[in-house]
Amino acid sequence: MSNWEILWDERAQFWSGFLSTLEIFGLSIVGAFVIGCGLLYLLEGSRKRLTMPLRIFIDGMRMLPFLILAYLLYYGLPSVGIRLDAWGAGVGALAVYHGCYFAEIFRGNRLTFPPGQIEAAQAHGFTKGKLFFRLLLPQIIMQTRPLLGNQLIYALKDTAFLVIITVGELTAAANSLSSTYFIPTEAFIVVIGFYWAISVTMEIIIKQCGRFSAKRGFDNV
Amino acid sequence: MNASAWNMLLEGAWTTVWISAVSIAIGVVAGLVIALIRLARIPIIDQLLVLYVSVARATPLVTLALFIFLSAPDLGLDLNRSVAGILALTLNTTAFNAEIWRSAFRNFSREQSEAAMATGMTPWVTFRRIMLPQMVITSLPGLVNEMSFLIKGSPAIAVIGIVDLTRVTNRISAVTYEPLPPILVAGALYMAIIGCLVWLQRLAERRANRLAM
Repeated sequence: MSNWEILWDERAQFWSGFLSTLEIFGLSIVGAFVIGCGLLYLLEGSRKRLTMPLRIFIDGMRMLPFLILAYLLYYGLPSVGIRLDAWGAGVGALAVYHGCYFAEIFRGNRLTFPPGQIEAAQAHGFTKGKLFFRLLLPQIIMQTRPLLGNQLIYALKDTAFLVIITVGELTAAANSLSSTYFIPTEAFIVVIGFYWAISVTMEIIIKQCGRFSAKRGFDNV
Repeated sequence: MNASAWNMLLEGAWTTVWISAVSIAIGVVAGLVIALIRLARIPIIDQLLVLYVSVARATPLVTLALFIFLSAPDLGLDLNRSVAGILALTLNTTAFNAEIWRSAFRNFSREQSEAAMATGMTPWVTFRRIMLPQMVITSLPGLVNEMSFLIKGSPAIAVIGIVDLTRVTNRISAVTYEPLPPILVAGALYMAIIGCLVWLQRLAERRANRLAM
């Protein structure tokens, strides 16, 4: 039996690893997106006292490797009495970590906004919440989509780190198969193919979003 | 944490720094070479390089490190851990650096190359004297950004058994049963390393601005 046939027989393991990676990735980027928008909303708020600690938090996160944060949640938190399983710690760490990156991307784009637009909205009686959700957020998301797409690919790649804290995802599947049958080359080529397929799909989706945003006139502000 | 724990942490930091530094040094140069080859648009090689950049950008470092380390014996290569780690980091960062260099090439002003040609400079002299100095300055922010991404990705090499700054925290907590302090110190050390990098970039930019380019 050739090595590829062994892998084909074990396709269930790849598939469950793939689904688990997709699940972790999907949940954590939704979480990261919400956290990013929340941080942006807080930064947007009038409370100046809050801005400084938030910026320090975001910049601090951006200087930390993702694995250190995952370690902190998985190995560190039990010493203060909070116990998370590997999966929960992994998804939580991904969401917080990439949420901070999202917030920074949003903030960078927010700085380029003409102040007249906001003033006009305020003059028309938009409340703070409406101004944020109807005007700022859609424009910011549509304008930053190439950067967001890049960040999503980084988030996908960071899911592989979770193999180190024993989460069973795609890389873990390849690792266990390669150690069971001693066929590392083929197993990892398959897994790299999976990752490649996910990120190519994401790039295509981001491009489609570009068409949508051109149609709705988000790009010529 | 006692003195030996601190010692281990510093040793781990040193491992992270030297492996990252070697990968960065190779990756920046190799990225430039790939960008130059892609400019030449040689039929099959060009497509292969596009494929390489696309796959390398999508492959997680952990997966790549495991792949290289575990399948090297299969392919008849005898790699030790450090070399495999450096190879993984380099393959990854080269793809990103190639894109950064290529966009610097694309945005280079045509007038200057034409002026250089008109004054009788050979392509090599034009590249060496006119293009490269300016491209280094314009792509420096992107390159430094990629360098900090590489350092943040470097814990991936812990998976093949290199005792880097992240892995060392496990070893310490295996002795002390207190995982929190070494992880926090490791985090602070990473911040210091990346902070140094950003500071060096600022210094380099200030020098570049003094050259008035």
